[in-house]
This record gives sequence, C-alpha cells and structure tokens, in this order.
Amino acid sequence: MMAVGMTGVHAQGAGADLPTHMVADMFKPLSRPAEMIHETSLLVLVICAVIFFVVAGLLLYIVVRFRKKATDNTQEPPQIYGSTNIELAWTVIPILITVVLILVTSRTIGEVQNAKLPEDALQVRVVGHQWWWEVHYPQYGIITANEIHIPVSSKDPKKARPTELILQSADVIHSFWVPQLAGKTDLIPNRTNKMWVDPYTIGTYFGNCAEYCGTQHANMLLRVIVDTPENFEKWIADQKAPVPPPQTAQEIEGRRLYYANACVNCHTIGDSVSKGIFGPDLTKLMTRQTIGAGVAPLNHENLLSWVRDPQILKVGCLMPNMQLLDNEAEAITAYLETLK
Amino acid sequence: MASDTIVDPDFKVPAPERVGEEGKTWSHVIQNLVFTVDHKKLGLMYIGAGLLFFVVAGIMATLIRIQLFFPRSTFLDPDVFNRFFTMHGTAMVFLVGMPMIFGFANYLIPIMIGTRDMAYPRLNAFGFWVFFFSGLLLYFSYFGAPGLYNAGSAPDVGWFAYSPLTAKAFSRGHSTDYWTLSILLGGIGSLATSINILVTTFCLRCKGMTLGRMPLFVWLFVVVAFLVIIALPPLSACQIMLTLDRYLGAKFFDTQAGGDAVLWQHFFWIFGHPEVYILILPGFAIANEIIPVFSRKPIFGYPIMVAATVMIAFISLGVWAHHMFTVGMTSLGNTFFAISTMVIAVPTGIKIFNWLGTMWGGKLHFDLPMVFCLAFLFQFLIAGLTGVMLSVVPFDWQLSDSYFVVAHFHYVLIGALLYTFFAGIYYWYPKAFGRMLNRKLGFWHFWLFTIGFHLTFFPQHISGFLGMPRRIFTYEAGRGWEIWNQLSTIGVIIQIPGILFFVYNLIYSYFKGEEAGDDPWDAWTLEWATTSPPPEYNFEKIPEVRSRRPLWDLKHPDDPDWKFE
Amino acid sequence: MSSAELTNTASDWKLPSQRKVGMICLILTESSLFTIFVVAYVWYMGKSLNGPFPKEVLHVPWLASIALFGSSFTVTIAEKFLHKGNRALFHVWWLITIALGAYFVYFTGAEWYHLIYKENLTISTNVFGSTFYSLVGLHASHVIVGLILLSIVVISSFRGKLDPGHSEHVEMIAWYWHFVDAIWVVVLTLVYFISVNY
Repeated sequence: MMAVGMTGVHAQGAGADLPTHMVADMFKPLSRPAEMIHETSLLVLVICAVIFFVVAGLLLYIVVRFRKKATDNTQEPPQIYGSTNIELAWTVIPILITVVLILVTSRTIGEVQNAKLPEDALQVRVVGHQWWWEVHYPQYGIITANEIHIPVSSKDPKKARPTELILQSADVIHSFWVPQLAGKTDLIPNRTNKMWVDPYTIGTYFGNCAEYCGTQHANMLLRVIVDTPENFEKWIADQKAPVPPPQTAQEIEGRRLYYANACVNCHTIGDSVSKGIFGPDLTKLMTRQTIGAGVAPLNHENLLSWVRDPQILKVGCLMPNMQLLDNEAEAITAYLETLK
Repeated sequence: MASDTIVDPDFKVPAPERVGEEGKTWSHVIQNLVFTVDHKKLGLMYIGAGLLFFVVAGIMATLIRIQLFFPRSTFLDPDVFNRFFTMHGTAMVFLVGMPMIFGFANYLIPIMIGTRDMAYPRLNAFGFWVFFFSGLLLYFSYFGAPGLYNAGSAPDVGWFAYSPLTAKAFSRGHSTDYWTLSILLGGIGSLATSINILVTTFCLRCKGMTLGRMPLFVWLFVVVAFLVIIALPPLSACQIMLTLDRYLGAKFFDTQAGGDAVLWQHFFWIFGHPEVYILILPGFAIANEIIPVFSRKPIFGYPIMVAATVMIAFISLGVWAHHMFTVGMTSLGNTFFAISTMVIAVPTGIKIFNWLGTMWGGKLHFDLPMVFCLAFLFQFLIAGLTGVMLSVVPFDWQLSDSYFVVAHFHYVLIGALLYTFFAGIYYWYPKAFGRMLNRKLGFWHFWLFTIGFHLTFFPQHISGFLGMPRRIFTYEAGRGWEIWNQLSTIGVIIQIPGILFFVYNLIYSYFKGEEAGDDPWDAWTLEWATTSPPPEYNFEKIPEVRSRRPLWDLKHPDDPDWKFE
Repeated sequence: MSSAELTNTASDWKLPSQRKVGMICLILTESSLFTIFVVAYVWYMGKSLNGPFPKEVLHVPWLASIALFGSSFTVTIAEKFLHKGNRALFHVWWLITIALGAYFVYFTGAEWYHLIYKENLTISTNVFGSTFYSLVGLHASHVIVGLILLSIVVISSFRGKLDPGHSEHVEMIAWYWHFVDAIWVVVLTLVYFISVNY
C-alpha cells in the first residue's frame, strides 16, 4: 500500500534546502500566536503540577499513615461526619485558582483572537479538500496546493509581516494545525474562519489536518515553508512565470494524452483549457516537494506511480486509476515534469 | 395513591416458584433470561452484555494500537482502521459505559432503598432488550451495511460523526444509517431506564428512607437519571434530523443548501458533554459506597457531596461548546464556555477532597475494591487536571483533536470509570453470587492492568504535545511520535493478560470462590441486610431505617448514627 | 432528623405517586426533545437560499389553534364530571375533546397538502421546509398519540372498564394533553407569528 517511505530530506521542490522542523513540538513555538499560547500553557501546567503533587502527596500520606496495621485492635475509628470549616476551605481555594485561570485564559483568548494585523499582512486563502489543501494568494493571483510559502516575520513589530490565513472548506470539516506556528482552526464548509501566523525563523514547518475528514485523513499533511522575504518574492515571481512548452516527442505526446484524457476535468494548468478545480492545480507542479498532500516525495518514480494508479500511494484518494498503458503513463509523467 | 406502593410489613411472601430448578437445561436458562423482569437479573444481564461489548471493542482497540506501532505500517487498511475507531468509540460509550451504569443501578438501587423491584419492571426489561438489540444492530452493520452500492460496511465517521461527513455525498451506502438507528434505539432504552430509576427512588423508598438518608450511590444515580432525560433527547433529535437528511433529502446539515455543519456539533455536544458526567457520576457513586466501608468511617460531608453532584450536573448542561473551541466562535463565546468549564472543577475538587477526608483518620483496609478505588482517585486526579488544561482555550487550540485529548478521556473513562466498575464488581460480586472473587487473581488483574493502562495512555499526552492528531491510521517517520506509540502498544499487550485474569476470576470464583456470607465487608447499607444472593423479592420483610447507615445502627446499638446525623 | 420523627406510624410515610413522577419525567424529556427542534427552527430562520419562504406560504391557523387550546378546557371539564360520577357528561365533554383534537390533526393534514401540492414546499425544498415539517410534524405526531390515549379512555368507559380507581390514569392523560397544548403555544408563536417576518 504505502510503498514509499518519507524522510525529512528532499532534493526537490522550492524551499527544499531550508531547515526542517519535523517534530512539531508545541513547547518550542516559533511564531507569535504559538508563543502566546505557550506562555499561558506553561502557567497552566505549573498550576496543575502543583495541584497534582499536593493532592497526590496527600493521598499517599493518607494511604501510608492510616492503613490498618497488623497490631490494630478491631475497634472502629472515630466516626466523623464532616466539618463545615474544612469544607469551606476546600471550596474557596479551588474557586481562587479558577479565578486566576479564567483571567489568564480570557486575556490570551483576546490577544490571539482579536489581534490587529498590519495592512500589509500577507493573505493566504486555504481551502480544505478530501484530502489535500488548495492554497490561494489573492494578493498575487497564485494558486498552489499543500505547501504554503510565506515570508519570515520578525519579533520587532515594526518589521513584522504576519500572514493571515483565510480558511474555507470545499467538502467536509478539516482543521489547520501547524503546532509551532499557531493553534488549530477548523475549515468548515459554508463558513469562513481566520487565523494568523507570525514565524520568527525560516524553515519548513510540519502539520496535519486535525479534524477527522474521511479515509485518508492521516495523509492530509501540511507544510508551511517560511523563507526570507527576498526568497519569498522570488518564489512568487517564479510561480507567476510562464511554463516553457514541452520539448521532446515524449513530452509532447504526454501533453496530448493529458488533454485527451479526463485529467482536464479535475486539474488546472495555467491559462490552458485544463480548468478543472476538483483536484490540485498543476501549473507549477514540479516546484513542490511532495505529492498527494505529503504522502510521498515528489520525484520521477513516485509521480509515475501516481499517474499510473494513485491508489497505490494513497489508497482511497478521490483520483481514480485512469487505466493508462505503461507508455502513456510515462509520457504524461514526462509532460508533468515540464511544469516548473 | 402513594400508600399502595408501600408493602405491608406483616405481609408474608409466598415461597417463590423455582422455574426449571430441577433438571435445569439451557433452554430453561435462556427462557429465564429472556422473560425475566427481575431487576437483579436484568442488572446482571446489563453488566454481562456490557462486558461482552467491552471485549469486542477492546479487541478493536488492540488492532488499532498494533497498526500504530510502526510508522507507515500496512497492517490495516485506512478504511478498516477508521471503522475500528468509530466502532470502538461508539461501542465503549453506548454499549459498554451506558449498560454498565444501568446494570449497577438496576441491581442495587431497589435493594439499597429497601424495595422489591423497580417501579416499572416490564419497562425495565424493555429498556434492556432495546439496548441489546441496538448493540447487535450496530455490529450487524459489518454484514448488512454494504447495501446496493457495496460502499462501506461498518460506520466510519467517528463516534461524534461530524456533519457533513455523514451526508449521503460523503458517506455512501448504509453504514451511517446503521449507526444512526442504533443510537436512536439505544437512546430510547436509556430514557426508559432513567425514568424508571427516578420513579423508583422517588416513590418506592422503604419507611424512614428520606431523601437525606438515601445512600450517596442512589443520590448520584438520581442525578444521572435526570441528566439522561434532559441531555439524551438532543442526541435523539439530531439523529432524527440526520435520518431525515439522508432519507428524505432534508437540509439540516446540507451546507450546499444553507445548512450549517456546526449545528450538528452544538446538538451533539449538548448531549455529549453531559454524557461524560452521566458516565463518570456512577463511578463516583461506586466510590462513595466503597471508600467509607474500607476506611471504616462514614462519608465525609454527605450534604456537600449531594450538593456538589447537583452542581456538577447543572453546570455540565452549559459547557458543551468547550469541544468546539476550534470552530471559530467569537472570543466572547470562547470565554464563556471556558469559564463554565473551569467552574465545574470546583465541585469536582470538593468531591476529591471529601474522599480524602473520609479516609483521613480511618483504618484503611486494602481489599480489592478499595485498591481499585485508590487507583481511581489517583487517575481521576490526573484526568481532572488534564481536563483543566483543555478548558484553557488557547491551550485547547493546540491540544484539541490531538492525542492529548485521547489520553485525557481515556484517563476519565478507563482510569476513573472502568476502575470504579472493577471496584464495584469486586465489592458486589459476593452479594450477587454468594462467593468472593479470588484475591490473588484480583491483584494480578489490578497490577497488570494498572501498569498496562498507564503505559498505554500516559505517552499519548506527549505525542499530543508533539502534534500528533487523533484518528490517523498512519504517520510518517521522523515526526517524533514512534517511541510514544510503541510504548502505548506495549501497554495494551500488558493490559490484556490483566483482563484475562479478571474474566477467569469471574468464572472461577462463581464455582470455586470462598463462600461470602451475607455481609463479607462488614458494610452498612441495606443490600448487606439480605442474603447473598438476594431472593427474588429482596427482603423477607421490608426494612425500616433511621439513618444513612442502617446496618451500623444495628451493629452498634450503643453508638447509632441517627443520634448524630 | 431526630429520633422523634421516626416514632411516627406507617400512615405518615407518604411518597409521591408513581404515575405523577413518571409523567413529569416523560414531559421533561419530551420538552428537551422539542427544545432542540425549536432551536433548529430558530437557527435557520431567514437562512433559506431559495423559496418558498415562511412569509409567502404561512397563514396563522386561528381556528385550529382555538380548537386545540379549547380542548384543554374541555378535557378539564370532562375530568370534573368523571370525579362527580356523571358519566354521561363526562362522555360528552371527552368526545368533544377528541373531536377538537381530531380537527387539529385534520387541519395540519390540509395545511401540509396545500403546502406540498400548491406551494411546492417539501421537507427537501430548503432549510425552512426541513425545520418546519420536522417541528410541526413532531407536534402533530404527539397530538395523534394523545388522541389515541383519549380514545382508549372513552372506549374503556363505554365498555364499562373505567372505574373510579382509574381517575389518576385519566388525570395523567389530561396532563399529557395539556403538555401537547403548551407545546403548540411555542410552535404557534414561533412559526406563525415570528418566523413569518422572514
């Protein structure tokens, strides 16, 4: 089924040379909203740990101190029915702790949720599909999939350029979660949610769809590629640049086959007649690092396997086996490999 | 009127007819089970059926864990995996948790309040059989659901089945219909049983058993039954809506036609969060009986315990959206539900402290029921604190739908609820069958299961911190999740022999266990005043009580409770 | 809770009636069920993407509502006569109650026929159709259950099977009927007075 394993190292695709943050540890936040959450979390963890040790210690003490000893007589211990003062004490103390938690929580909710983003914040519209991510850059007129490129921001509010994510869904509910950048927010059909990230360091950040969305929920993987503003602009320019036409006979045959088969119904390639929107946009396919929403690295072998039968790499995915002959699949793959 | 429900104390009960006592054949036994309206038999059948479904759903969980041992494992297909976690979750909540609590309620409430049966014995039997049939219906989906399209077999939409994943467009075939109908049916059974519990406790208490003298066990079940009749209809309502959507083309959750996917979440969790308390309060109820007896002291702060329970139930009706902090509510909405969720920690904390207060100054006997209750206290403490973490909205934005949540609610449902079920079974088995459960086998069960439980679920907190979402059938290597998943799976392998010791003990002790006598634990509530097992009519003479601990009064005439209460 | 109060005789040990507690529980749980359908209706008011909309097709059912509210009074009068032992008048008022209830069900049927065949509003037309038919239908089904219960009472009475010991049974059926009426107050206000603004 999953013939091809994944590693953190990829030779191919835009941003492949950046450091990877594969272990998405929420206690190592690298973005402002994640850091705000992190601070609150630490406080809560400490409070909870103190309560735990006090109560568990008390329990242990009671178990040792009041256990029935072999030397005990058979007499029953004094029968105590309750004590108003003690009850009052252990009602008031939890209330005080709760008040502290409520204050901390409501403050952070406001700070994260109602944050004012600067005018020049990058906007990225992410549309969840079963089981991949459609990514729009409305300010640049670019559409891509699964790998979100954004510029690095700064801790200095004057230099910061955060990214606003506009979250929508085309089918069922999904959830956008890249733990080191921010908490998760759901993508819900017929609704628009917003969240924002503000990363401090460059790198490739890993995340997942966090709301169960059907068969391949596990392989709805996310990559956020954070690069320097210059490299980001370069990536934008590259995405906008026209694709060179196919050269070799095989590539030309591949293009013919692509347009002759049902591919065009689901995929878009640039300004051509291929205008399908059901599957990922293929205009700049080869600038991506992975295929199938992160299920495998994008290389010749995997692309050929995918074109021949997507159900091998990602069983249950909505792209059917097109029943191509070997030479047809190879030709289409050769054509797709010109899309860079 | 009321008086006709009180049994004349001078009334002599005729000797019961023992159907099929001589030459007891299997058909007699089955006939006896199918036609019985006796609350004790139904109670045991509830618990037996619950244990049966527990084993089935547990096997599914084991297969899930095996699949997650290695990254990119191909042991299970994604659809098979998704069906397993859906069936595991649905079965554990509706076919294990609910019948087990109703089993304990059925068996014990009438005896504890000193009456001969539930108020509506036939409704009681109806409730059981409806539940049992709903369970069979759910599992029958494995055979029946492919239908015309041959698409999907068992439900694979997750136990809270978020729309629109359940819409015809995304869930073809009939698997979701089986799920919906099974839950609708099970809900009817639960409502019938809960109404029965309420009527029984309000109308059939023996003389002197005022509300303030009822065992806390009974009090907590009154609250649970109230929660069921208020909180379960929303579940039924949204199942009806989903059925209308799927069969008549209604638009309740059709996002293409202006329907709202989030509405399902609201309706589901208006049921779903009180359901958590419906499940855990019976756990508290069992602990409330066991901890005092094995500490040799009365429960500390009885009125406060009742008040805290009522508070928990009341607040639990207003916390549902804490399951929905990631759907994009306003900051005001998020804050409101965070506050209500945190406030519920106060009465819960009071309960824990009262249990500690009960043990303080006592003479703790470490028999099996008490040992399981102590583990319950420890594990519930952890579960409660991780619950507090989840109620902190920003923290929840990270933790929600991650493995941390999986760890949290397994600490609640296994660490707290299942442990009290075990405690309850060790405590009342001698009453139900007249024989003690074997102590040695019991401790093997306790240690293996406890070690396995913590090894399985504690690492899941950490994989959650490392960004592992729940309900994924596989994961890529290098995300830092391997070791925690492998520890989890090893934990399951340790739990399994623990459960086997338990099941073996149930069977072994039935035949070879030590004779228990009427009152093996030297306890104080009415169930220990009758024989073990109790006769069908429970008490030869309906008792009369003067305090919360009638048997204490009997055993200590010089120092009776009613002088102090 | 002194010992003194325990020296009372058995006759002082009074517990509530099983039937009343049971009926209160049933009404509570039914109310919870209705609440969800009412909330769904409110949630989707004005959210339909296409017509027909409430303001175009709904007309206040004055007559049917008067009939249903009236039946709450007639059932009370009938109960009074049952208590007094006047079986003839009990039958008359009880049958009037059934007739009023039956008229209400007839009205709902006629209204639905009109909506489906003349206005092309079905449960699958829009979210208004879905919430309208489910809410009104749930209520109408409760009226039908009530009618069956009322009929059982009058049939048993005709067959001489209704004796004074059954007065509490009859009272419980009346309670249920009042509950069905009370639900109609909510449905009428919400569906025919408030939602017609959308």
